[in-house]
Amino acid sequence: MKQMSLPLQKLKSETELILEVKNLTKHFPITKGFLGRQVGVVHAVENVSFNISKGETLGLVGESGCGKSTTGRMILRLIEPTSGDINFCGKRINNLRSEEMRRLRKEMQIVFQDPMASLNPRMTVGDLIAEPMQIHGIDKGTPKEQIVKKLLEAVGLRPNHIYSFPRELSGGQRQRIGIARALSVKPKLIVADEPVSALDVSIRSQIINLLEDLQQEFDLTYLFIAHDMSVVKHISDRVGVMYLGKLVELAPKSLLFARPQHPYTQALLSAIPIPSPGAKKDHIILEGDVPNPINPPSGCRFHTRCCYVMDRCRQEEPELREREGSHFAACHLD
Amino acid sequence: MKQPHDILEHVTPLLSVKNLKTYFRSEEGGVIKAVDGASLHIRPKEILGIVGESGSGKSITAMSILRLIPSPPGYFAGGDIVFENESLLAKTQKEMRLIRGKDISMVFQEPMSSLNPAYTVGYQIMENIMLHQKVSKNQALEHAVDMLKLVGIPSPEKRVHDYPFQMSGGMRQRVMVAMALSCQPKLLIADEPTTALDVTIQAQILRLILDTKDKVGSAIMLITHDLGVVAEVCQRVVVMYAGKVVEVAYVNELFNHPAHPYTEGLLSAIPRLDETRDRLTIVPGSIPNPARMPEGCRFHPRCQYADERCRTEQPPLVSPKPGQWVSCWRASGVEGSEADVAATAEA
Repeated sequence: MKQMSLPLQKLKSETELILEVKNLTKHFPITKGFLGRQVGVVHAVENVSFNISKGETLGLVGESGCGKSTTGRMILRLIEPTSGDINFCGKRINNLRSEEMRRLRKEMQIVFQDPMASLNPRMTVGDLIAEPMQIHGIDKGTPKEQIVKKLLEAVGLRPNHIYSFPRELSGGQRQRIGIARALSVKPKLIVADEPVSALDVSIRSQIINLLEDLQQEFDLTYLFIAHDMSVVKHISDRVGVMYLGKLVELAPKSLLFARPQHPYTQALLSAIPIPSPGAKKDHIILEGDVPNPINPPSGCRFHTRCCYVMDRCRQEEPELREREGSHFAACHLD
Repeated sequence: MKQPHDILEHVTPLLSVKNLKTYFRSEEGGVIKAVDGASLHIRPKEILGIVGESGSGKSITAMSILRLIPSPPGYFAGGDIVFENESLLAKTQKEMRLIRGKDISMVFQEPMSSLNPAYTVGYQIMENIMLHQKVSKNQALEHAVDMLKLVGIPSPEKRVHDYPFQMSGGMRQRVMVAMALSCQPKLLIADEPTTALDVTIQAQILRLILDTKDKVGSAIMLITHDLGVVAEVCQRVVVMYAGKVVEVAYVNELFNHPAHPYTEGLLSAIPRLDETRDRLTIVPGSIPNPARMPEGCRFHPRCQYADERCRTEQPPLVSPKPGQWVSCWRASGVEGSEADVAATAEA
């Protein structure tokens, strides 16, 4: 039965949008003094738009401070957007009151980077995993223990871990708990914010494989936020690249990695060391640092470090426009 | 049996670590064997990579070389560290102070926590220069400005008076490199120098370390967990696992023909930009608890080839061919191993 229904689901997933983000913007105020006088803003995220279809994995990459995590958190409204629209399953969620929003959160969950910091050290694994279900009143009839054990099994842990405390587990096991917590309320969308960057290399691949398996099994959609391009390339269907609060490129993964259009994406890809000693290549080494988001450069925000910079780039901000089959880039160059 | 520190047929090593054992007393009264019989060497002007995951003992090895292990709880339970024919473990702290920063210097992972926030970066570079060289304050300042110029900091005469908080992460790491190289050390130990940095800044710093190495002529011991960095930068690689050296090889050999199952597992577990993998192969299980190391080969609980012998007996570090050292019962050269057969079959 399950196999029969698979192709149908796939067909459906191609059309069904689960998340639409339009012109999402976040300005963090900078305040000064006792009265909290506002003296400036941090332009953390600026006019970011993208869609995610059901069953898809969208990777969001960029360096620290580019706004990728802020974007992820705004989608769950853990951070309130300054402006822009977030539509989840066709419903605008920007103005939902906290009660309605809480109900919606069981559809959209987040997995954090640091599994130790995001688990309460005084709770057992069993309580940690059961907590979201209690909050959302899910499966009230069945005994919690049974569901928790099933979830533990789904994320590759033993049922007797139910009585352990987070400190007794390794980093990889803790991240599995974080994933089980997110899964427990049967969400549609999971925002995974750097879920593997705190883990060791040999553990990282275990968690990546687990995330892929769970996506199949529970029909999940991922927004996968990471700074590691190789991980994103492995797990994503489409990839968005952010720089200093802007989405500079968005494309299906095969196109993005084969023919990166934006000079920043090109530099980012070329800067990554390849684990194969023969493959010495000419790195594009970007000069200088990422500019301060309090006072971002005029025009294209990348123009201060771009090797193709023209006069136009300093004045006019490039729009994200389509190049070839759903490959978008925000650059004046063709 | 030949030991790894004897294999230098042609060049005398600059530094040899011989069967080093750095242990820590735990609060519960047990002993944590953070480094348990590690041997490696580095030749003049060589770039040696040390790779391993957290808890493999790679940083403790580096700290042991500089005698930076806090004691108690840490202590040396055996082995020796020989730098230019002198034992570093026999030196007093006073003698070590003259070596640190001059002959051997170190760049740490976190540039913010290893710079003093209360002093200008210029002062901190000058401090090292004036400690080791007989120069006036003005000469030292001049030298500090030169070093900042060397590491590519724009308008160094101005930035020399900056405090660390006025600089970005990449700039701070440049300052650390300038400080470490200011007395032209024979050995630079870089412990995860780019891990805290973004990938575009990482490329800048790696390029910088390589360029300045050529100018200064130091050997570099690069400690990292990033196999990509190793492949691009290093000439030879030491792989550590759970406090032991499990494999030593030239970089091409290591990546093309890994001899130890752990190295093999690591290489196949990483997602890669240069090829597409449908599914990542995994190294099952996790790193052992250092207070309760497994019997026999420490990798055996995670090893797909493990047999009875691996569970009970520790494999020695042997050399199946020149330049390569491996600690595994399957490696050729170890009596009773089947590796020879497997190697012929593969060829």
